[in-house]
Amino acid sequence: MAIFEVFRQEKKGAPFTHAGSVVAPDARFAQAFAHEQYGRRQESEALWVVARDAVHEVHDFHDELEKTYHRVDGYSLKGKLKEARERAGTATS
Amino acid sequence: MDARTQEFVEYVQGGGQVETGDWMPEDYRSKLVKFIEMHGNSELMGVLPEREWILRAPTLQRKLALTAKVQDEVGHAQLIYRVVEDLGKPREQSLADLISGKAKFHNVFHYPTKTWGDVGVIAWLVDAAAIISQKALLKCSYAPYARIMKKICWEESFHILHGRDVILTLMNGTDEQRELVQEAVTRWWPPLMMFHGNPIQPDEDPMVYWRIKSQGNEEARQQFLDGYVPQIWELGLTVPDPKLHKREDGVWEYTEPDWGELKRVVTGHGPKTAERLELRRRFLEQEAWVRDVVLAEAA
Repeated sequence: MAIFEVFRQEKKGAPFTHAGSVVAPDARFAQAFAHEQYGRRQESEALWVVARDAVHEVHDFHDELEKTYHRVDGYSLKGKLKEARERAGTATS
Repeated sequence: MDARTQEFVEYVQGGGQVETGDWMPEDYRSKLVKFIEMHGNSELMGVLPEREWILRAPTLQRKLALTAKVQDEVGHAQLIYRVVEDLGKPREQSLADLISGKAKFHNVFHYPTKTWGDVGVIAWLVDAAAIISQKALLKCSYAPYARIMKKICWEESFHILHGRDVILTLMNGTDEQRELVQEAVTRWWPPLMMFHGNPIQPDEDPMVYWRIKSQGNEEARQQFLDGYVPQIWELGLTVPDPKLHKREDGVWEYTEPDWGELKRVVTGHGPKTAERLELRRRFLEQEAWVRDVVLAEAA
């Protein structure tokens, strides 16, 4: 028996999100079990049934250098915009 | 307690969630297995009282709906045992412990279903009580369990509607049918009041400590009473508890359930415990060839 992870898409265009897992002797059974568990009320548009061994998890994301320059929170425009508007004479109040 | 465990406790108590591969204290793992396995057992044993009525359902529509509900509950058991397996306890072991009487299942599934009224009351009120606990589990610190709870809660809402529909149809029928419902409510009330467990303080409940549960027993019971007693009353049904009322501060008062009975029932001494476990054992043996064929086919 092998474990298969099931990802389900709720509607067309939506992302596939992890729903749970099934245990099955092979991929064909895994697909049938997943179909029954996660789609018998038409609640899914599609399923990805993936052998757990085939999923490679990657984690530990560090930001030792605090690279704020590649994130939106690295930019605070409010003060600068105010100053620029005042310089241009377009400030509203 | 070592620093790593201390940090883990703070993390889960602060709302943090844990995945299968993450480090976890052994105590947390064993509490998770105990709790989740009991839930799986309850889903599996919970279909037996209803299964008895599939052949006796009053219409084809009801027969189909009841069969669908039974299929849902067995499906929940499969999903839940999967989560338990990932925590280290194989499904075969969970089933063996269930059949030998070592593991527990919910009190309400140890009682007989005497009439079709019981089927309606189970689907409506027992499932309502269950969904209150299950909704609180959406916030469980163990993420794989919380994730499957979404699907489980979604299907339970159909069960409650199905149950209410059965009850409303009976209530709009004959005096005899109304009597059937009243008898079932009277019969099921004591086990329903025990369903959420004894009123152990949340800060003394190990399941709350690890944030496996995010809700205390009494809080769940109060939520059940608040949601469903008015629904029972508005149909002209009565609840067999003269003390039951809602105080001005919003708290429901009730006659203390017989906690001794709860303990006896969940430790394997309920009126139907032995018979249902025997049925489960017989089917597990009887269907063993299906598992053998499937495994041989795939090999």
